[in-house]
This record gives sequence, structure tokens and C-alpha cells, in this order.
Amino acid sequence: MTPAEQLDATLARIPYARFLGVRGELAGDEMTLIMPFSPHLIGNIVLPAIHGGVLGAFLEMTALAQLSIAQGLTRQPRPIDVTVEYLRSGRPIESYARAQIKRLGRRVANVHVEAWQEARSRPIAALHGHFHVSPSDASG
Amino acid sequence: MTGPTVEDLALQKMRECPQAVALGMETVSWEGPAATLRVPYKPQLVGDPDTGVIAGGVVTTLLDHACGQAVMAALGAPAPIATLDLRIDYMRAAEPGLDVFARAHCYKLTRSIAFVRATAYDRDHDDPVATAQAAFMLTGPVEAPLAEGAS
Repeated sequence: MTPAEQLDATLARIPYARFLGVRGELAGDEMTLIMPFSPHLIGNIVLPAIHGGVLGAFLEMTALAQLSIAQGLTRQPRPIDVTVEYLRSGRPIESYARAQIKRLGRRVANVHVEAWQEARSRPIAALHGHFHVSPSDASG
Repeated sequence: MTGPTVEDLALQKMRECPQAVALGMETVSWEGPAATLRVPYKPQLVGDPDTGVIAGGVVTTLLDHACGQAVMAALGAPAPIATLDLRIDYMRAAEPGLDVFARAHCYKLTRSIAFVRATAYDRDHDDPVATAQAAFMLTGPVEAPLAEGAS
């Protein structure tokens, strides 16, 4: 399997990724997650706007997927803490997110993620957080 | 005849929120500046297919929504709000098969900002799955205070 196929297979295996409708694209080691618009993602029907929690979840999924790629998609990383900043409301259109691993240590990684819609230069939300990158119950 | 309480309106807003409906989110309790919400365990919300643990993103959405409801509870009236930021600390994985709850408390309101803390848990509030801290901007005028809910 190519890394791109592996990414697709990983996302397809996660029920919650299917619930959000998230898919991935890989260009070399640069990964973009794509969340096509779907009515069930809406949090505010008046604006309308994508639920803030869904945007947070999408950013977190992007961080986890990027870490999986960095580690060769073998282990499932786990979040320790994340901060989500909301910059613009998520309009009812397709959303994109890319993650940057700021530091990948032996046990903990620091990751920054940004999500955008029409323009990469106008992010709608950002996340920075720490993630466990090795299973806590691993032996050896 | 009394009009709808702020709690009635909050419940109605929840029923009108497509994401809350898709998750099966429910309000469990509503008291003062605090709200407790629940998401039932569902196989389609699992984040780790090997363990059956519910996705962190579901907990994120539940916490965000509970915090928003707590702001409304604190204001005593519906008001347009926007999340500025949401910080979540993940204490442990939620237990597979169990519903997840979130209790949020709006502990400070200024004229333009609301500060909220929340805890997500499954069996016991004192053994949290995650804790959260959020700030909200009040983006519009607060509607006239409604009739006090019968409590």
C-alpha cells in the first residue's frame, strides 16, 4: 500500500471519521484532510455555521493523522491537551486542514493545525496541542 | 399562562441543532449558571476501532455545546455567542459502551465575554474523562430575561 492508500484505509476504518465524512489527500509528506459540507455538521442554523465542536474534532483528527504518517501509521497517537482558537465562523462549504509537527519527541509531540475554507490565508480555526506518541502501557 | 423558560428555549435550540441531533445529545440538567449534557454511546462515534473508545472529537463537541448552554443558563436568556477558544485536557479514555456526560459552569460574565469551565465524565464526575476551559464572545444583544423556570 502507498502512504496515500494507507491514509485512506486508516480514515475509512474509524467510524467517527466516516460520521464527519472526512477524507485525506497526501502530496509527499504534506497531508490535507478534507471535510465536505454535510447538513448534519451544522451547529447554528441561523447563520448557518458548522458546529465549533466539529471544527475542533476535525483539527484534532488532522493532528492525529499527521502524527500517524510521521510514525509510519503504526501506532495510534492520543491527545493530552489541545487548545482550539476560533477565528471565523465555518460556512456551509468544504473545509480543509493541515498540521505541522513542531516537535516529535520520544513520548510527546507538539502539533499545530489550521483549518480553512475559501482561502488558506483566512483560517477559520486553529489548534495547538500535545499528543502521546507511544502507548503508555508499552513494554520495553 | 406563562411563556417558555430559557430552559425550554435551550432545549428547543438543541432540537434545532443538526449536529446535536446527529450525536443524540440531550440536556440532563439545567441549574443556575450550569448545564449538564449527555451523548449516548453509539458505534458510529467510535474513534479507535481496536478498543471501541468514543472519539475525542465527540467529547470536544459535547464540551463545546455544554459550555454554550451554560452561558445561556447564566445569562437567563438566549443570546448569540461565538466561541473564542476552547482548551481541553484529556485525563483518560472514555469507557467503551458508556454514555458521556459534560457538566459546564459559567463562572464569570462580563458585558461582552463569558468564561466557562466544564468536565466530561462517564461513571463519576470526580473521575473525569476530560476537562475544558472556554471563553465566549457575546456577539449580540441579550434578549429580555424570560420567566424564571420552575425549579
